[in-house]
Amino acid sequence: MVCDAWAEKLDAYLDGELPAAEARAFGEHLRGCAGCAAESLRRVQQKLAVRAAGRRFTPDAAFRARIQQSIAVRKPARWRRLWFPALAGATVLLVAALLPLSLHHGRRGDEQVLSELADLHVATLASANPVDVVSTDRHTVKPWFAGKIPFTFNLPELQDSPFTLVGAKVSYLHQSPGAELIFRVRQHQISVFIFQEQAVGDARPDDAVQTALSFNVRSWSHNGLRYFVIGDASGQDLDKLSELIKSAG
Amino acid sequence: MDVSAADLQPDSFEELAMPLFEQLYNFAHWLTQNRDEAEDLVQETYAKALKGFVSFQPGTNFRAWMYRILRNTFLTSRTGLKATMTMPLDAEEDGPELAVERETPETILFERSDRELLQGALDQLPVHFREILLLCEVEEMSYQEISVALSIPMGTVMSRLSRARRALREEIRKMQGAGAKA
Repeated sequence: MVCDAWAEKLDAYLDGELPAAEARAFGEHLRGCAGCAAESLRRVQQKLAVRAAGRRFTPDAAFRARIQQSIAVRKPARWRRLWFPALAGATVLLVAALLPLSLHHGRRGDEQVLSELADLHVATLASANPVDVVSTDRHTVKPWFAGKIPFTFNLPELQDSPFTLVGAKVSYLHQSPGAELIFRVRQHQISVFIFQEQAVGDARPDDAVQTALSFNVRSWSHNGLRYFVIGDASGQDLDKLSELIKSAG
Repeated sequence: MDVSAADLQPDSFEELAMPLFEQLYNFAHWLTQNRDEAEDLVQETYAKALKGFVSFQPGTNFRAWMYRILRNTFLTSRTGLKATMTMPLDAEEDGPELAVERETPETILFERSDRELLQGALDQLPVHFREILLLCEVEEMSYQEISVALSIPMGTVMSRLSRARRALREEIRKMQGAGAKA
């Protein structure tokens, strides 16, 4: 049973809203009053239970994309600056893909791979359904690939990082299936592609910093898999995400 | 989440507003109790907030401002009007606090109550109790933030919160009683 003197202030104390001096006084009182301590414990349990139960509804990625787009559409300058070059780039890539193969003979293999990945990344950004599995939970995303791609990989713990896992889908490079993981950092989306080495062929855009259509790219090999991190986020962001993925093994 | 005048550039709206997206959606869904209506509510909130961003007062709380827009939009919607027909008069709430309940810790065992039971109890609460509990416990807003978001005085925040918590305990007790009889 709560002491009358503190009954009305108990909630404010537990909500952190009691002035410092009163909070100290109540804290001291709690140490010697079993009734107030028991009631405090019960109310804290209620707060924690409501907090857990209250986090109930999650929007889907397509709705998020719609909202983001609706904000961008109302800002012509930003729209042109960010989206128009990306869409224009995608159009150029599409046209280039339809040109006779002879035009591509002079291109280096790694440039070709990076261009294709940039194309896949832009296509994902432009899609109304950018991912096939919508989840921020690595323990949901990784098993989702079981049976869909001929290899497995580890995903990093992102809890103390600025990155959020948005979701994933199966992607193809040179007709070989691989994983495309979508991460978010602030307002930037980053695609991480993972393919078997043979899918990349002779191209070796080795661990150097690369760019493709102005996107930043990071790339490395591990355990027979080739990783590509691509996006319009800063090079430092891509480095951080690459390190996190590498540390996951 | 106070916003300075320097942050108040048109381009910065997206950077400030999008990190709130998931929590605003969760709150909207709790209010409307329907996915489609929650999406409409969030969409309208973002449209209104973007339009009114130039009039946002620098130095004030952006999160509370967004929640106030969402909540006001909800109140003027058909679902909101229907849900708030049982809303109490604030003057009534500013009166002295009711006598403190004398439950024993054994009456309600929150540590053993499962999430679905609590969610069901929250669903049953009148919307003015549900919203203040969510803002305080889930969004971890201060009383001052809640006061801004719900456009009610601080005194009303405290008394309504107290009543909401009691109503939740009553609702759980009812549900546990019904479950025991079944």
